[in-house]
Amino acid sequence: MTILLALVAAILFGCGSWLLMQRRLTRIIVGIGLLGHGANLLLITSGRSGRAPIIDGGGGYADPLPQALALTAVVITFGVTAFLLALGFRSWQLTQDDRVEDDVEDRIIAARREREAPSGDVDDDPENTFGPDDEPAENPT
Amino acid sequence: MSALVPLPVIVPLLAAALSVLLGRYRALQRVVSIVALTGVFGVSIALLIGADDDGIIVHRAGGWDAPLGITLAVDRLAGLMLVVSSFVLLAVVIFAIGQAGEEQRRVGFHPLYLVLAAGVAASFVTADLFNLFVAFEMMLAASYVLITLGGRPDQVRSGMTYVVISLVASTLFITVLALLYASTGTINMADLAVRLEDVPEGVRAMFAIAMLVVFGIKAGLFPLFFWLPDSYPTAPGPVTAIFAGLLTKVGVYAIMRSQTLLFGTPDWMGTTLLVVAVLTMVVGVLGAIAQDDMKRILAFHIISQIGYMIFGLGLFTVAGVAGAVFYIVHHIIVKTALFLVAGLVSRRAGSNRLSEVGGLVRSAPVIAVLFAVPALSLAGLPPFSGFLAKFALADAGIASSEWIVVGASLAVGLCTLYSMTKIWAGAFWGEAEEAPVREPKNDRRFGAPALMILPTAALALGSIGVSVFAGPLYDVAERAAADLLDEQVYIDAVLGDDATIDVAEGTQP
Repeated sequence: MTILLALVAAILFGCGSWLLMQRRLTRIIVGIGLLGHGANLLLITSGRSGRAPIIDGGGGYADPLPQALALTAVVITFGVTAFLLALGFRSWQLTQDDRVEDDVEDRIIAARREREAPSGDVDDDPENTFGPDDEPAENPT
Repeated sequence: MSALVPLPVIVPLLAAALSVLLGRYRALQRVVSIVALTGVFGVSIALLIGADDDGIIVHRAGGWDAPLGITLAVDRLAGLMLVVSSFVLLAVVIFAIGQAGEEQRRVGFHPLYLVLAAGVAASFVTADLFNLFVAFEMMLAASYVLITLGGRPDQVRSGMTYVVISLVASTLFITVLALLYASTGTINMADLAVRLEDVPEGVRAMFAIAMLVVFGIKAGLFPLFFWLPDSYPTAPGPVTAIFAGLLTKVGVYAIMRSQTLLFGTPDWMGTTLLVVAVLTMVVGVLGAIAQDDMKRILAFHIISQIGYMIFGLGLFTVAGVAGAVFYIVHHIIVKTALFLVAGLVSRRAGSNRLSEVGGLVRSAPVIAVLFAVPALSLAGLPPFSGFLAKFALADAGIASSEWIVVGASLAVGLCTLYSMTKIWAGAFWGEAEEAPVREPKNDRRFGAPALMILPTAALALGSIGVSVFAGPLYDVAERAAADLLDEQVYIDAVLGDDATIDVAEGTQP
C-alpha cells in the first residue's frame, strides 16, 4: 500500500512539476494543485497505513497526527489556490491573456543593451509591454 | 513569564479580527493597529530581557507537554528578532498611515498587515516544525494580498511570480515534513534534534539540504533569489519596506535555527553555506549595479546582504554566528529605512528612476539626510552599524581562516558603497535627465508629511542606536550564538525534565 501511495505521489509530483514549467497561468495553477496533492498524499503516507483510524481495538490504530497535518495542509493549499485563481482571473481581465510575462525592468535593461549594440535578441512583443515604472500602459486590446 | 510567549502571535491576530469588524471606521482601525503593535513591541522587549536573564522561555500550548503538544519557545535569538521585527512593523504602519496610499483606499490593509505581523512572530517563537509551516503560510497568505493590493497589471504580473514560487516552496516544505515524520515520528524541533541522531548520515544530509532549499527560497539565497527583485518593488511603498526588511530575514532565521539545531553542524554543510554565501553576495551586488530604479537597486542589495548573514552562519563558530545575528538586527532596521526613503523619494520626485530624479539634496534636504544615514550604514562605513556588523563578520572569518570569503565580503562592501553613491549622485545631486512619470508632490518643510518622516527618522536613529549600543547588543548576540551552537540547551528547555518519555504508541505500534 505504501509503495502504491508513494508511486501515486511521484506521478503527481512529476505531472505537477511539468505543468509548472509552462507559461500559461491556468496550467501553472493546475500544476500547483497536483503538487499540493502529491505532498499531502506523502504526508498521509508518513503514518502507517492499513489500520483502523483511532479506535484502540487490539491491533493498534493508525497514527492520527499525519492525518491532522494533512487536513491542515489541504485547507491551506485550498485557500491559496483559490487566491491564485482569482489572481489569474484578474490577469486575464487586464490583458485578455493568462501568460506570465517577463520582468518589466529586465526588458528595459535588455532594451538598453539593444540600443547600445543593436544585434541583441530582445523580445519586443507589444502585448508584453507596460509603460515605464509604475504607470500601466493602456490595455492592448 | 511563559504566559507572555503566545502574546506576540495572539494580540495581532485578535486585533486583525477587530480591525475587520471596524472596517468602516478608518481612524479606529489605525488606533487598533498602533495599539496592538505597540503592545507586541513591549511584550517582545520583556521576552528578550527574560530570555537573556533566565534562559529559554517555554510555553506549552494547552498544557500539553512536549513533544506531544505544541511548544512555543523564546530564546535570545527569537527574542532579539521579535524586538526588532515589532519595532520595524510599528514604524512602517505609521508610515503607511501618513502616506495616504493603499492604506486609505483599502479596507483590508490593516487586518492583513496584522496577520502578517502575527505570522512573522509565530515563525520566531514556534518550536514545532509543522507550526513553522503554518506560521509561514499565515505570513505568506497575508503577503500575497498585500503585494497585489491595488491590482495594477504590473502588480498582478509580479505577484503571480511571487505567489507561485512561494507555493512551490511551501509544497517542498510539506514534502520535507512528511519525510521527516516518516523517518523520525515527530515534528517537535527539539525532539527531532534528538531523534535525527539515529537517522543514517545520508538521509540526514538529504534533510539538511532539502530544508536549506525550502528556506533558501524564502530567504533569497543564490540561486533561488530570482523572484525577489522582480516582485518586491511593485508592491505599495510601505509593503515593500516591510517585505524587504522582514520576510527574507524570517527565512534566514529558519535556516539558522534548522541548521544549528537539527543537523549537528557538519563541516560539509559549513562549506556549502560559505560557497552559497559568496555567490549570493557577489551576484546580488552585481545585479544591483546594473539597475536604474532605486527600489530595484535596493532589492538586489537585500540578496547580497543575505549572503553576509549566511557567511556568518556557515562558519559555525560562536563569533561567526554572533556576527550573523548582529548583522540581521542591523540589516532589518537599515533596509526598511532605505525602502521607506525610496517611498519618500518616489512621492517627492514622482519617480524612483535615477534618470528621472535629481537635485533632491537642495529641494528636500531632510530626505537626503534620511537616505544618507542608512545608506552609509548599509555600505559599511564607520561609525555606522553596518561597519560594526561587517567588522564582526570579517573578524570571525579571519579567525576561521576563510580568506576567500572574507575577501569577497570586503569587495562586495565596496560595490555596495559604489551603488549607494550611484543613488546619491543620481537622485540627490545633479539634474533629472528625463521628466518623471508622475507629478511630484511637495508638501511643507520636510518634503513629506510628518507621519512619513517620523517613522523613517525613527528607523535611521534606530540604526545609529545599533552602533551606539553595539557593545551590549553584540554581547546578547554572542550569548544567542553560543546557545544556538549548543543544541542541548534548546533541547533541554523545550522537552523539559521528562525528556525520555516514550511518545505516541500510535506512531510506532
